[in-house]
Amino acid sequence: MAHYILKRLLSLVITLLVATIIIFLIIEVVPGDPAAYMMGLSGSSEAADALRIELGLDKGALERYFSWVGGMLSGDFGISYTYRVPVSQLIGERTLVSVPLTVYALILSTLIAVPVGVISASRRGSIVDTSLMGMAQVGVAIPNFWFAILMVLVFSTSLGWFSAVGFPGWDAGFWPCIKALTIPAVSLALPQAAILARVMRSSVLEVMQEDYIRTARAKGLSRRQALIRHGLRNAMIPVLTILGLQFSFLLAGGIIIESIFSLPGLGRLVFQSIAQRDLIVVKSIVTLLVLAVVLITFLVDLIYVLVDPRLREEGRG
Amino acid sequence: MKHLPLSFIVGGILTLTFTLVAILSFIWTPYDVEAINIAGKFAMPGLDHLMGTDHFGRDIFSMVMVGTRNAIAVSLVAVGIGMILGVPLGLWAAGSRMNGGSLIDEILMRGNDLVFAFPSLLMAIMITAVFGPGAINAIIAIGIFNIPVFARMTRGGALSIWTRDYIMAARVAGKGNMRISYEHILPNILNILIVQATIQFSIAIIAEASLSYVGLGTQPPNPSLGRMLNEAQTMIFFAPWLAYFPGGVIVAMVLGLNLMGDGLRDMLDPKLKKRKASDVTA
Repeated sequence: MAHYILKRLLSLVITLLVATIIIFLIIEVVPGDPAAYMMGLSGSSEAADALRIELGLDKGALERYFSWVGGMLSGDFGISYTYRVPVSQLIGERTLVSVPLTVYALILSTLIAVPVGVISASRRGSIVDTSLMGMAQVGVAIPNFWFAILMVLVFSTSLGWFSAVGFPGWDAGFWPCIKALTIPAVSLALPQAAILARVMRSSVLEVMQEDYIRTARAKGLSRRQALIRHGLRNAMIPVLTILGLQFSFLLAGGIIIESIFSLPGLGRLVFQSIAQRDLIVVKSIVTLLVLAVVLITFLVDLIYVLVDPRLREEGRG
Repeated sequence: MKHLPLSFIVGGILTLTFTLVAILSFIWTPYDVEAINIAGKFAMPGLDHLMGTDHFGRDIFSMVMVGTRNAIAVSLVAVGIGMILGVPLGLWAAGSRMNGGSLIDEILMRGNDLVFAFPSLLMAIMITAVFGPGAINAIIAIGIFNIPVFARMTRGGALSIWTRDYIMAARVAGKGNMRISYEHILPNILNILIVQATIQFSIAIIAEASLSYVGLGTQPPNPSLGRMLNEAQTMIFFAPWLAYFPGGVIVAMVLGLNLMGDGLRDMLDPKLKKRKASDVTA
Protein backbone atom coordinates (compact mmCIF):
# COMPACT_ATOMS: atom_id res chain seq x y z
CA MET A 1 0.00 0.00 0.00
CA ALA A 2 2.66 2.50 1.07
CA HIS A 3 4.80 1.40 -1.85
CA TYR A 4 1.91 2.01 -4.23
CA ILE A 5 1.20 5.48 -2.84
CA LEU A 6 4.87 6.40 -3.02
CA LYS A 7 5.07 5.25 -6.63
CA ARG A 8 2.00 7.27 -7.53
CA LEU A 9 3.30 10.34 -5.73
CA LEU A 10 6.55 10.14 -7.64
CA SER A 11 4.79 9.97 -11.00
CA LEU A 12 2.59 12.86 -9.86
CA VAL A 13 5.62 15.05 -9.19
CA ILE A 14 7.20 14.10 -12.52
CA THR A 15 3.97 14.90 -14.36
CA LEU A 16 3.80 18.31 -12.72
CA LEU A 17 7.44 19.02 -13.50
CA VAL A 18 7.04 18.18 -17.17
CA ALA A 19 3.79 20.14 -17.26
CA THR A 20 5.48 23.31 -15.97
CA ILE A 21 8.19 22.91 -18.62
CA ILE A 22 5.58 22.61 -21.37
CA ILE A 23 3.60 25.59 -20.09
CA PHE A 24 6.78 27.62 -19.81
CA LEU A 25 7.78 26.71 -23.36
CA ILE A 26 4.39 27.54 -24.85
CA ILE A 27 4.06 30.85 -23.06
CA GLU A 28 7.55 32.24 -22.76
CA VAL A 29 9.70 30.65 -25.41
CA VAL A 30 7.43 30.00 -28.39
CA PRO A 31 6.06 33.56 -28.81
CA GLY A 32 9.66 34.76 -29.19
CA ASP A 33 9.51 38.01 -27.28
CA PRO A 34 6.90 37.77 -24.52
CA ALA A 35 7.28 41.42 -23.59
CA ALA A 36 6.49 42.63 -27.09
CA TYR A 37 3.66 40.10 -27.27
CA MET A 38 2.19 41.32 -23.99
CA MET A 39 2.39 44.97 -25.03
CA GLY A 40 0.58 44.18 -28.25
CA LEU A 41 0.97 46.15 -31.45
CA SER A 42 0.24 49.49 -29.84
CA GLY A 43 2.98 49.29 -27.22
CA SER A 44 6.03 51.52 -27.52
CA SER A 45 9.45 49.93 -27.54
CA GLU A 46 10.40 51.75 -24.29
CA ALA A 47 7.39 50.27 -22.52
CA ALA A 48 8.33 46.83 -23.84
CA ASP A 49 11.88 47.33 -22.57
CA ALA A 50 10.64 48.31 -19.12
CA LEU A 51 8.38 45.25 -19.05
CA ARG A 52 11.23 43.07 -20.19
CA ILE A 53 13.25 44.09 -17.15
CA GLU A 54 10.24 43.77 -14.84
CA LEU A 55 9.65 40.23 -16.06
CA GLY A 56 13.31 39.44 -15.86
CA LEU A 57 13.36 38.63 -19.55
CA ASP A 58 16.90 39.91 -19.81
CA LYS A 59 17.89 36.72 -18.02
CA GLY A 60 18.22 33.34 -19.68
CA ALA A 61 15.27 31.00 -20.16
CA LEU A 62 16.62 28.40 -17.74
CA GLU A 63 17.10 30.94 -14.98
CA ARG A 64 13.62 32.35 -15.54
CA TYR A 65 12.08 28.90 -15.43
CA PHE A 66 13.67 28.07 -12.11
CA SER A 67 12.80 31.40 -10.54
CA TRP A 68 9.19 30.93 -11.71
CA VAL A 69 8.87 27.42 -10.29
CA GLY A 70 10.77 28.39 -7.16
CA GLY A 71 8.48 31.37 -6.68
CA MET A 72 5.38 29.22 -7.05
CA LEU A 73 6.68 26.73 -4.49
CA SER A 74 7.02 29.55 -1.98
CA GLY A 75 3.56 30.89 -2.89
CA ASP A 76 4.83 33.81 -4.96
CA PHE A 77 3.12 33.77 -8.35
CA GLY A 78 4.32 37.17 -9.47
CA ILE A 79 2.39 40.38 -10.07
CA SER A 80 -0.41 40.53 -12.64
CA TYR A 81 0.53 42.82 -15.46
CA THR A 82 -2.98 44.16 -16.08
CA TYR A 83 -4.44 44.11 -12.56
CA ARG A 84 -1.26 45.21 -10.78
CA VAL A 85 -1.94 42.94 -7.83
CA PRO A 86 -0.24 39.70 -6.78
CA VAL A 87 -1.45 36.82 -8.92
CA SER A 88 -1.90 34.71 -5.78
CA GLN A 89 -4.42 37.25 -4.48
CA LEU A 90 -6.32 37.21 -7.81
CA ILE A 91 -6.36 33.42 -7.84
CA GLY A 92 -7.50 33.32 -4.22
CA GLU A 93 -10.48 35.58 -4.90
CA ARG A 94 -11.49 33.77 -8.08
CA THR A 95 -11.17 30.32 -6.57
CA LEU A 96 -13.88 31.28 -4.09
CA VAL A 97 -16.25 31.48 -7.04
CA SER A 98 -15.01 28.68 -9.27
CA VAL A 99 -14.68 25.94 -6.68
CA PRO A 100 -18.14 26.47 -5.14
CA LEU A 101 -19.61 26.60 -8.67
CA THR A 102 -17.87 23.35 -9.61
CA VAL A 103 -18.86 21.58 -6.39
CA TYR A 104 -22.44 22.83 -6.74
CA ALA A 105 -22.58 21.52 -10.32
CA LEU A 106 -21.11 18.17 -9.31
CA ILE A 107 -23.61 17.74 -6.47
CA LEU A 108 -26.50 18.57 -8.80
CA SER A 109 -25.15 16.23 -11.45
CA THR A 110 -24.75 13.35 -8.98
CA LEU A 111 -28.17 13.94 -7.45
CA ILE A 112 -29.73 13.67 -10.90
CA ALA A 113 -27.54 10.98 -12.43
CA VAL A 114 -27.42 8.33 -9.71
CA PRO A 115 -31.20 7.89 -9.32
CA VAL A 116 -31.71 8.08 -13.09
CA GLY A 117 -29.04 5.46 -13.70
CA VAL A 118 -30.40 3.14 -11.01
CA ILE A 119 -34.01 3.47 -12.16
CA SER A 120 -33.02 2.89 -15.78
CA ALA A 121 -30.96 -0.15 -14.93
CA SER A 122 -33.54 -1.73 -12.66
CA ARG A 123 -36.24 -1.32 -15.30
CA ARG A 124 -34.04 -2.27 -18.19
CA GLY A 125 -35.81 -2.30 -21.55
CA SER A 126 -38.96 -0.62 -20.21
CA ILE A 127 -40.45 2.61 -21.53
CA VAL A 128 -38.97 4.40 -18.50
CA ASP A 129 -35.49 3.13 -19.31
CA THR A 130 -35.77 3.94 -23.00
CA SER A 131 -37.03 7.46 -22.45
CA LEU A 132 -34.57 8.29 -19.67
CA MET A 133 -31.65 7.05 -21.77
CA GLY A 134 -33.02 8.88 -24.79
CA MET A 135 -33.00 12.06 -22.77
CA ALA A 136 -29.47 11.29 -21.62
CA GLN A 137 -28.37 10.84 -25.26
CA VAL A 138 -29.71 14.30 -26.07
CA GLY A 139 -28.17 15.71 -22.89
CA VAL A 140 -24.72 14.47 -23.85
CA ALA A 141 -25.06 16.21 -27.21
CA ILE A 142 -25.91 19.65 -25.80
CA PRO A 143 -22.97 22.07 -25.57
CA ASN A 144 -23.15 23.58 -22.08
CA PHE A 145 -22.79 27.13 -23.32
CA TRP A 146 -25.80 26.77 -25.59
CA PHE A 147 -27.77 25.29 -22.74
CA ALA A 148 -26.68 28.25 -20.60
CA ILE A 149 -27.98 30.71 -23.19
CA LEU A 150 -31.33 28.91 -23.29
CA MET A 151 -31.48 28.88 -19.49
CA VAL A 152 -30.93 32.64 -19.38
CA LEU A 153 -33.66 33.03 -21.97
CA VAL A 154 -36.15 30.90 -20.04
CA PHE A 155 -35.47 31.72 -16.40
CA SER A 156 -34.40 35.33 -16.40
CA THR A 157 -36.57 36.80 -19.09
CA SER A 158 -39.66 34.65 -19.44
CA LEU A 159 -40.03 33.58 -15.83
CA GLY A 160 -38.01 36.30 -14.08
CA TRP A 161 -36.95 33.88 -11.35
CA PHE A 162 -33.28 34.54 -10.93
CA SER A 163 -30.94 37.36 -11.72
CA ALA A 164 -29.45 36.36 -15.03
CA VAL A 165 -25.86 37.37 -14.65
CA GLY A 166 -23.33 38.65 -12.16
CA PHE A 167 -22.17 37.64 -8.72
CA PRO A 168 -22.86 39.62 -5.53
CA GLY A 169 -19.74 38.44 -3.70
CA TRP A 170 -19.68 36.32 -0.56
CA ASP A 171 -19.94 39.44 1.61
CA ALA A 172 -23.53 39.73 0.44
CA GLY A 173 -24.35 36.52 2.28
CA PHE A 174 -24.65 32.84 1.50
CA TRP A 175 -28.06 32.64 -0.15
CA PRO A 176 -27.72 35.49 -2.65
CA CYS A 177 -24.51 33.86 -3.85
CA ILE A 178 -26.07 30.42 -4.10
CA LYS A 179 -28.92 32.00 -6.04
CA ALA A 180 -26.48 33.65 -8.44
CA LEU A 181 -24.63 30.35 -8.93
CA THR A 182 -27.74 28.25 -9.47
CA ILE A 183 -28.41 28.74 -13.19
CA PRO A 184 -24.71 28.50 -14.08
CA ALA A 185 -24.41 25.35 -11.98
CA VAL A 186 -27.45 23.79 -13.62
CA SER A 187 -26.06 24.64 -17.08
CA LEU A 188 -22.81 22.94 -16.18
CA ALA A 189 -24.46 20.03 -14.41
CA LEU A 190 -27.07 18.78 -16.85
CA PRO A 191 -24.81 17.70 -19.73
CA GLN A 192 -22.49 16.13 -17.15
CA ALA A 193 -25.41 14.39 -15.47
CA ALA A 194 -26.36 12.87 -18.82
CA ILE A 195 -22.92 11.28 -19.14
CA LEU A 196 -22.92 10.18 -15.51
CA ALA A 197 -26.38 8.62 -15.73
CA ARG A 198 -25.27 6.46 -18.65
CA VAL A 199 -22.19 5.31 -16.75
CA MET A 200 -24.27 4.64 -13.64
CA ARG A 201 -26.79 2.59 -15.60
CA SER A 202 -24.24 0.33 -17.26
CA SER A 203 -22.35 0.04 -14.01
CA VAL A 204 -25.46 -1.13 -12.14
CA LEU A 205 -26.27 -3.58 -14.95
CA GLU A 206 -22.76 -4.95 -14.74
CA VAL A 207 -22.86 -5.31 -10.97
CA MET A 208 -26.21 -7.09 -11.02
CA GLN A 209 -24.55 -9.90 -13.01
CA GLU A 210 -22.02 -10.54 -10.25
CA ASP A 211 -21.95 -13.71 -8.22
CA TYR A 212 -22.32 -11.93 -4.90
CA ILE A 213 -25.63 -10.49 -6.04
CA ARG A 214 -26.79 -13.98 -6.93
CA THR A 215 -25.67 -15.11 -3.46
CA ALA A 216 -27.56 -12.23 -1.89
CA ARG A 217 -30.65 -13.19 -3.88
CA ALA A 218 -30.21 -16.83 -2.85
CA LYS A 219 -30.19 -15.92 0.82
CA GLY A 220 -33.57 -14.32 0.28
CA LEU A 221 -33.05 -10.66 -0.55
CA SER A 222 -35.20 -9.11 -3.23
CA ARG A 223 -33.55 -7.64 -6.32
CA ARG A 224 -33.97 -4.17 -4.87
CA GLN A 225 -32.52 -5.14 -1.47
CA ALA A 226 -29.59 -6.90 -3.08
CA LEU A 227 -28.91 -3.88 -5.21
CA ILE A 228 -29.09 -1.42 -2.34
CA ARG A 229 -27.13 -3.47 0.20
CA HIS A 230 -24.44 -4.99 -1.99
CA GLY A 231 -24.64 -3.58 -5.49
CA LEU A 232 -24.70 0.20 -5.19
CA ARG A 233 -21.38 0.59 -3.45
CA ASN A 234 -19.66 -1.44 -6.14
CA ALA A 235 -21.55 0.26 -8.92
CA MET A 236 -20.30 3.62 -7.65
CA ILE A 237 -16.66 2.77 -8.43
CA PRO A 238 -16.69 3.62 -12.15
CA VAL A 239 -18.92 6.58 -11.35
CA LEU A 240 -16.23 7.86 -9.02
CA THR A 241 -13.68 7.92 -11.84
CA ILE A 242 -16.03 9.89 -14.05
CA LEU A 243 -16.78 12.28 -11.18
CA GLY A 244 -13.06 12.86 -10.73
CA LEU A 245 -12.63 13.58 -14.43
CA GLN A 246 -15.67 15.82 -14.41
CA PHE A 247 -14.40 17.85 -11.48
CA SER A 248 -11.32 18.84 -13.43
CA PHE A 249 -13.33 19.30 -16.60
CA LEU A 250 -15.80 21.57 -14.85
CA LEU A 251 -13.14 23.58 -13.06
CA ALA A 252 -11.47 24.41 -16.36
CA GLY A 253 -14.58 24.18 -18.50
CA GLY A 254 -16.14 26.96 -16.49
CA ILE A 255 -14.32 29.38 -18.79
CA ILE A 256 -17.27 29.77 -21.10
CA ILE A 257 -20.04 29.47 -18.54
CA GLU A 258 -18.38 31.99 -16.26
CA SER A 259 -18.12 34.39 -19.18
CA ILE A 260 -21.77 33.98 -20.13
CA PHE A 261 -22.93 34.68 -16.58
CA SER A 262 -20.24 37.28 -15.82
CA LEU A 263 -19.04 35.28 -12.82
CA PRO A 264 -15.65 36.42 -11.50
CA GLY A 265 -14.14 32.93 -11.47
CA LEU A 266 -10.86 31.36 -12.48
CA GLY A 267 -12.03 30.46 -15.96
CA ARG A 268 -13.11 33.97 -16.78
CA LEU A 269 -9.87 35.31 -15.31
CA VAL A 270 -7.72 33.05 -17.44
CA PHE A 271 -9.70 33.85 -20.55
CA GLN A 272 -9.52 37.59 -19.96
CA SER A 273 -5.83 37.25 -19.22
CA ILE A 274 -5.29 35.45 -22.49
CA ALA A 275 -7.19 38.19 -24.30
CA GLN A 276 -5.21 40.90 -22.49
CA ARG A 277 -2.01 38.95 -23.00
CA ASP A 278 -1.31 38.88 -19.28
CA LEU A 279 0.93 35.86 -19.54
CA ILE A 280 1.96 35.96 -15.88
CA VAL A 281 -1.58 35.18 -14.81
CA VAL A 282 -2.13 32.62 -17.59
CA LYS A 283 0.84 30.40 -16.80
CA SER A 284 0.11 30.37 -13.07
CA ILE A 285 -3.55 29.44 -13.47
CA VAL A 286 -2.88 26.76 -16.06
CA THR A 287 -0.27 25.26 -13.74
CA LEU A 288 -2.70 25.33 -10.83
CA LEU A 289 -5.42 23.68 -12.92
CA VAL A 290 -3.02 20.94 -14.01
CA LEU A 291 -2.10 20.49 -10.35
CA ALA A 292 -5.80 20.19 -9.51
CA VAL A 293 -6.37 17.58 -12.24
CA VAL A 294 -3.37 15.51 -11.21
CA LEU A 295 -4.23 15.69 -7.51
CA ILE A 296 -7.84 14.70 -8.10
CA THR A 297 -6.83 11.77 -10.28
CA PHE A 298 -4.46 10.70 -7.52
CA LEU A 299 -7.16 11.00 -4.86
CA VAL A 300 -9.64 9.03 -6.97
CA ASP A 301 -7.06 6.27 -7.37
CA LEU A 302 -6.51 6.27 -3.63
CA ILE A 303 -10.22 6.01 -2.92
CA TYR A 304 -10.35 3.14 -5.43
CA VAL A 305 -7.75 1.26 -3.48
CA LEU A 306 -9.54 1.96 -0.22
CA VAL A 307 -12.94 0.90 -1.57
CA ASP A 308 -11.81 -2.17 -3.47
CA PRO A 309 -9.72 -4.66 -1.47
CA ARG A 310 -8.72 -6.51 -4.65
CA LEU A 311 -6.86 -3.44 -5.91
CA ARG A 312 -5.17 -3.13 -2.52
CA GLU A 313 -3.60 -6.53 -3.04
CA GLU A 314 -2.38 -5.53 -6.46
CA GLY A 315 -0.99 -2.31 -5.05
CA ARG A 316 1.13 -4.26 -2.58
CA GLY A 317 2.63 -6.41 -5.28
CA MET B 1 -27.08 -7.31 -41.30
CA LYS B 2 -30.84 -7.71 -41.39
CA HIS B 3 -31.32 -6.27 -37.90
CA LEU B 4 -29.49 -2.98 -37.82
CA PRO B 5 -29.77 -1.36 -34.38
CA LEU B 6 -32.29 1.48 -34.31
CA SER B 7 -29.66 3.84 -32.89
CA PHE B 8 -27.45 3.14 -35.88
CA ILE B 9 -30.26 3.86 -38.34
CA VAL B 10 -31.31 7.13 -36.67
CA GLY B 11 -27.73 8.22 -36.10
CA GLY B 12 -26.72 7.28 -39.60
CA ILE B 13 -29.57 9.23 -41.16
CA LEU B 14 -28.73 12.34 -39.10
CA THR B 15 -25.03 12.09 -39.90
CA LEU B 16 -25.67 11.47 -43.58
CA THR B 17 -28.03 14.46 -43.74
CA PHE B 18 -25.51 16.85 -42.26
CA THR B 19 -22.74 15.48 -44.44
CA LEU B 20 -24.87 16.03 -47.53
CA VAL B 21 -25.79 19.54 -46.37
CA ALA B 22 -22.12 20.28 -45.85
CA ILE B 23 -21.24 19.02 -49.33
CA LEU B 24 -24.17 20.89 -50.86
CA SER B 25 -22.97 24.13 -49.25
CA PHE B 26 -19.91 24.02 -51.51
CA ILE B 27 -22.04 24.48 -54.60
CA TRP B 28 -25.27 26.03 -53.36
CA THR B 29 -26.66 28.02 -50.46
CA PRO B 30 -30.00 29.89 -50.61
CA TYR B 31 -28.21 33.21 -50.09
CA ASP B 32 -24.62 34.42 -50.12
CA VAL B 33 -23.39 33.96 -46.54
CA GLU B 34 -21.46 37.20 -46.64
CA ALA B 35 -24.16 39.29 -48.29
CA ILE B 36 -25.17 42.07 -45.89
CA ASN B 37 -28.69 43.42 -46.19
CA ILE B 38 -29.35 45.87 -43.40
CA ALA B 39 -32.90 46.55 -44.58
CA GLY B 40 -33.74 42.90 -44.08
CA LYS B 41 -32.19 42.46 -40.65
CA PHE B 42 -33.83 40.42 -37.89
CA ALA B 43 -36.34 38.80 -40.23
CA MET B 44 -38.30 36.09 -38.41
CA PRO B 45 -37.96 32.56 -39.73
CA GLY B 46 -40.32 32.22 -42.68
CA LEU B 47 -40.59 31.22 -46.32
CA ASP B 48 -38.02 33.74 -47.54
CA HIS B 49 -35.52 32.94 -44.84
CA LEU B 50 -36.11 29.48 -43.38
CA MET B 51 -34.19 30.30 -40.20
CA GLY B 52 -34.55 34.08 -40.28
CA THR B 53 -31.80 36.67 -40.62
CA ASP B 54 -29.28 38.19 -38.21
CA HIS B 55 -28.33 41.77 -37.30
CA PHE B 56 -26.67 42.24 -40.69
CA GLY B 57 -29.60 40.73 -42.55
CA ARG B 58 -27.54 37.65 -43.41
CA ASP B 59 -29.49 34.45 -44.06
CA ILE B 60 -29.15 32.16 -41.03
CA PHE B 61 -29.98 29.01 -43.01
CA SER B 62 -27.13 29.63 -45.42
CA MET B 63 -24.76 30.45 -42.57
CA VAL B 64 -25.77 27.29 -40.72
CA MET B 65 -25.07 25.26 -43.88
CA VAL B 66 -21.56 26.65 -44.26
CA GLY B 67 -21.01 26.56 -40.48
CA THR B 68 -21.88 22.86 -40.51
CA ARG B 69 -19.36 22.31 -43.29
CA ASN B 70 -16.65 24.14 -41.31
CA ALA B 71 -17.43 22.20 -38.14
CA ILE B 72 -17.24 18.89 -39.98
CA ALA B 73 -14.04 19.84 -41.78
CA VAL B 74 -12.26 20.94 -38.60
CA SER B 75 -13.40 17.89 -36.64
CA LEU B 76 -12.59 15.45 -39.42
CA VAL B 77 -9.02 16.67 -39.76
CA ALA B 78 -8.55 16.92 -35.97
CA VAL B 79 -9.73 13.34 -35.39
CA GLY B 80 -7.65 12.26 -38.40
CA ILE B 81 -4.54 13.73 -36.77
CA GLY B 82 -5.38 11.93 -33.54
CA MET B 83 -5.74 8.60 -35.36
CA ILE B 84 -2.75 8.92 -37.66
CA LEU B 85 -0.44 9.71 -34.75
CA GLY B 86 -2.21 7.94 -31.90
CA VAL B 87 -2.79 4.52 -33.46
CA PRO B 88 0.87 3.87 -34.45
CA LEU B 89 1.98 5.10 -31.01
CA GLY B 90 -0.40 2.68 -29.33
CA LEU B 91 0.72 -0.20 -31.59
CA TRP B 92 4.34 0.65 -30.87
CA ALA B 93 3.76 0.76 -27.11
CA ALA B 94 1.93 -2.58 -27.09
CA GLY B 95 4.44 -4.20 -29.45
CA SER B 96 7.36 -3.04 -27.32
CA ARG B 97 5.77 -4.23 -24.12
CA MET B 98 5.09 -7.68 -25.52
CA ASN B 99 8.67 -7.95 -26.72
CA GLY B 100 10.57 -6.96 -23.65
CA GLY B 101 10.66 -3.22 -24.22
CA SER B 102 8.42 -2.13 -21.41
CA LEU B 103 10.46 1.05 -20.91
CA ILE B 104 9.26 2.45 -24.24
CA ASP B 105 5.73 1.49 -23.29
CA GLU B 106 6.10 3.18 -19.91
CA ILE B 107 7.44 6.39 -21.44
CA LEU B 108 4.73 6.53 -24.10
CA MET B 109 1.95 5.95 -21.61
CA ARG B 110 3.28 8.49 -19.13
CA GLY B 111 3.36 10.97 -22.01
CA ASN B 112 -0.26 10.12 -22.58
CA ASP B 113 -1.14 10.77 -18.96
CA LEU B 114 0.59 14.09 -19.24
CA VAL B 115 -1.65 15.26 -22.07
CA PHE B 116 -4.68 14.04 -20.12
CA ALA B 117 -3.57 16.16 -17.17
CA PHE B 118 -4.04 19.34 -19.16
CA PRO B 119 -7.60 20.64 -19.18
CA SER B 120 -8.22 20.25 -22.90
CA LEU B 121 -10.42 23.28 -23.55
CA LEU B 122 -8.08 25.51 -21.59
CA MET B 123 -5.04 24.25 -23.47
CA ALA B 124 -6.81 24.65 -26.78
CA ILE B 125 -7.62 28.22 -25.84
CA MET B 126 -4.03 28.81 -24.81
CA ILE B 127 -2.63 27.31 -28.00
CA THR B 128 -4.95 29.28 -30.23
CA ALA B 129 -4.33 32.45 -28.22
CA VAL B 130 -0.56 32.22 -28.47
CA PHE B 131 -0.39 30.98 -32.06
CA GLY B 132 -3.26 33.09 -33.28
CA PRO B 133 -6.92 32.23 -33.74
CA GLY B 134 -8.13 30.40 -36.83
CA ALA B 135 -9.33 27.10 -38.17
CA ILE B 136 -5.85 25.59 -38.59
CA ASN B 137 -4.80 26.22 -35.01
CA ALA B 138 -8.17 25.01 -33.77
CA ILE B 139 -7.58 21.77 -35.68
CA ILE B 140 -4.12 21.37 -34.12
CA ALA B 141 -5.38 22.16 -30.64
CA ILE B 142 -8.24 19.64 -30.88
CA GLY B 143 -6.08 17.11 -32.70
CA ILE B 144 -3.40 17.02 -30.01
CA PHE B 145 -5.93 15.88 -27.44
CA ASN B 146 -7.12 13.11 -29.72
CA ILE B 147 -3.69 11.50 -29.93
CA PRO B 148 -3.58 10.02 -26.41
CA VAL B 149 -7.20 8.86 -26.68
CA PHE B 150 -6.41 6.72 -29.71
CA ALA B 151 -2.99 5.70 -28.39
CA ARG B 152 -4.45 4.38 -25.17
CA MET B 153 -7.33 2.61 -26.86
CA THR B 154 -5.05 1.05 -29.49
CA ARG B 155 -2.58 -0.10 -26.85
CA GLY B 156 -5.29 -1.67 -24.73
CA GLY B 157 -6.83 -3.51 -27.67
CA ALA B 158 -3.47 -4.53 -29.09
CA LEU B 159 -2.21 -5.97 -25.79
CA SER B 160 -5.14 -8.37 -25.68
CA ILE B 161 -4.60 -9.47 -29.28
CA TRP B 162 -0.87 -10.03 -28.74
CA THR B 163 -1.59 -12.98 -26.45
CA ARG B 164 -3.55 -14.87 -29.10
CA ASP B 165 -2.28 -18.06 -30.67
CA TYR B 166 -2.28 -16.73 -34.22
CA ILE B 167 0.13 -14.00 -33.18
CA MET B 168 2.41 -16.68 -31.82
CA ALA B 169 2.09 -18.45 -35.17
CA ALA B 170 3.01 -15.27 -37.00
CA ARG B 171 6.05 -14.85 -34.77
CA VAL B 172 7.14 -18.39 -35.41
CA ALA B 173 6.76 -17.68 -39.11
CA GLY B 174 9.42 -15.04 -38.61
CA LYS B 175 7.34 -11.88 -38.92
CA GLY B 176 8.71 -8.82 -37.18
CA ASN B 177 7.06 -6.64 -34.62
CA MET B 178 5.96 -4.02 -37.07
CA ARG B 179 4.54 -6.47 -39.61
CA ILE B 180 2.57 -8.29 -36.93
CA SER B 181 1.23 -4.98 -35.63
CA TYR B 182 -0.03 -3.87 -39.02
CA GLU B 183 -1.03 -7.19 -40.57
CA HIS B 184 -2.60 -8.91 -37.58
CA ILE B 185 -3.16 -6.54 -34.67
CA LEU B 186 -4.54 -3.50 -36.45
CA PRO B 187 -7.26 -5.30 -38.47
CA ASN B 188 -8.47 -6.95 -35.27
CA ILE B 189 -8.87 -3.74 -33.32
CA LEU B 190 -10.19 -1.66 -36.19
CA ASN B 191 -13.72 -2.13 -34.86
CA ILE B 192 -13.15 -0.42 -31.56
CA LEU B 193 -11.14 2.30 -33.27
CA ILE B 194 -13.96 3.11 -35.67
CA VAL B 195 -16.44 3.30 -32.81
CA GLN B 196 -14.08 5.55 -30.87
CA ALA B 197 -13.57 7.72 -33.95
CA THR B 198 -17.29 8.50 -34.18
CA ILE B 199 -17.36 9.43 -30.49
CA GLN B 200 -14.24 11.59 -30.84
CA PHE B 201 -15.77 13.21 -33.90
CA SER B 202 -18.77 14.31 -31.87
CA ILE B 203 -16.54 15.61 -29.07
CA ALA B 204 -14.52 17.53 -31.67
CA ILE B 205 -17.70 19.15 -33.02
CA ILE B 206 -18.48 20.51 -29.55
CA ALA B 207 -14.84 21.55 -29.05
CA GLU B 208 -14.84 23.41 -32.36
CA ALA B 209 -18.07 25.14 -31.42
CA SER B 210 -16.61 26.10 -28.02
CA LEU B 211 -13.44 27.49 -29.56
CA SER B 212 -15.25 29.51 -32.18
CA TYR B 213 -17.73 30.62 -29.51
CA VAL B 214 -14.86 32.30 -27.65
CA GLY B 215 -13.63 33.72 -30.96
CA LEU B 216 -10.65 31.42 -31.45
CA GLY B 217 -11.95 29.07 -34.14
CA THR B 218 -12.97 29.77 -37.72
CA GLN B 219 -12.62 33.49 -38.36
CA PRO B 220 -15.22 35.88 -39.80
CA PRO B 221 -16.63 36.42 -42.33
CA ASN B 222 -16.49 32.62 -42.70
CA PRO B 223 -19.50 31.47 -40.65
CA SER B 224 -19.14 29.09 -37.72
CA LEU B 225 -21.86 27.70 -35.50
CA GLY B 226 -20.06 28.62 -32.28
CA ARG B 227 -19.54 32.24 -33.23
CA MET B 228 -23.13 32.53 -34.42
CA LEU B 229 -24.18 31.53 -30.90
CA ASN B 230 -21.83 34.06 -29.37
CA GLU B 231 -23.24 36.84 -31.55
CA ALA B 232 -26.76 35.67 -30.81
CA GLN B 233 -26.25 35.97 -27.08
CA THR B 234 -26.73 39.71 -26.88
CA MET B 235 -29.78 39.56 -29.14
CA ILE B 236 -31.65 36.53 -27.83
CA PHE B 237 -34.19 38.67 -26.01
CA PHE B 238 -35.70 39.96 -29.24
CA ALA B 239 -34.33 37.50 -31.81
CA PRO B 240 -34.17 34.11 -30.05
CA TRP B 241 -34.08 32.22 -33.36
CA LEU B 242 -30.47 33.35 -33.73
CA ALA B 243 -29.64 31.05 -30.83
CA TYR B 244 -32.10 28.24 -31.56
CA PHE B 245 -30.92 27.12 -34.99
CA PRO B 246 -27.11 27.00 -34.76
CA GLY B 247 -27.34 25.35 -31.34
CA GLY B 248 -29.98 22.90 -32.49
CA VAL B 249 -27.81 21.90 -35.44
CA ILE B 250 -24.83 21.26 -33.16
CA VAL B 251 -27.00 19.09 -30.90
CA ALA B 252 -28.46 17.15 -33.83
CA MET B 253 -25.05 16.57 -35.36
CA VAL B 254 -23.48 15.40 -32.09
CA LEU B 255 -26.53 13.29 -31.27
CA GLY B 256 -26.37 11.66 -34.69
CA LEU B 257 -22.70 10.77 -34.32
CA ASN B 258 -23.17 9.43 -30.80
CA LEU B 259 -26.14 7.29 -31.81
CA MET B 260 -24.21 5.97 -34.77
CA GLY B 261 -21.27 5.17 -32.49
CA ASP B 262 -23.53 3.32 -30.06
CA GLY B 263 -25.15 1.40 -32.88
CA LEU B 264 -21.80 0.51 -34.41
CA ARG B 265 -20.59 -0.73 -31.05
CA ASP B 266 -23.62 -2.97 -30.71
CA MET B 267 -23.06 -4.33 -34.19
CA LEU B 268 -19.31 -4.80 -33.98
CA ASP B 269 -18.80 -5.98 -30.42
CA PRO B 270 -19.62 -9.68 -30.26
CA LYS B 271 -19.01 -9.71 -26.51
CA LEU B 272 -21.83 -7.27 -26.02
CA LYS B 273 -24.09 -9.34 -28.22
CA LYS B 274 -23.37 -12.43 -26.18
CA ARG B 275 -24.12 -10.61 -22.97
CA LYS B 276 -27.41 -9.39 -24.32
CA ALA B 277 -28.37 -12.87 -25.38
CA SER B 278 -27.56 -14.18 -21.92
CA ASP B 279 -29.72 -11.44 -20.43
CA VAL B 280 -32.67 -12.69 -22.38
CA THR B 281 -32.22 -16.25 -21.18
CA ALA B 282 -31.50 -15.29 -17.57
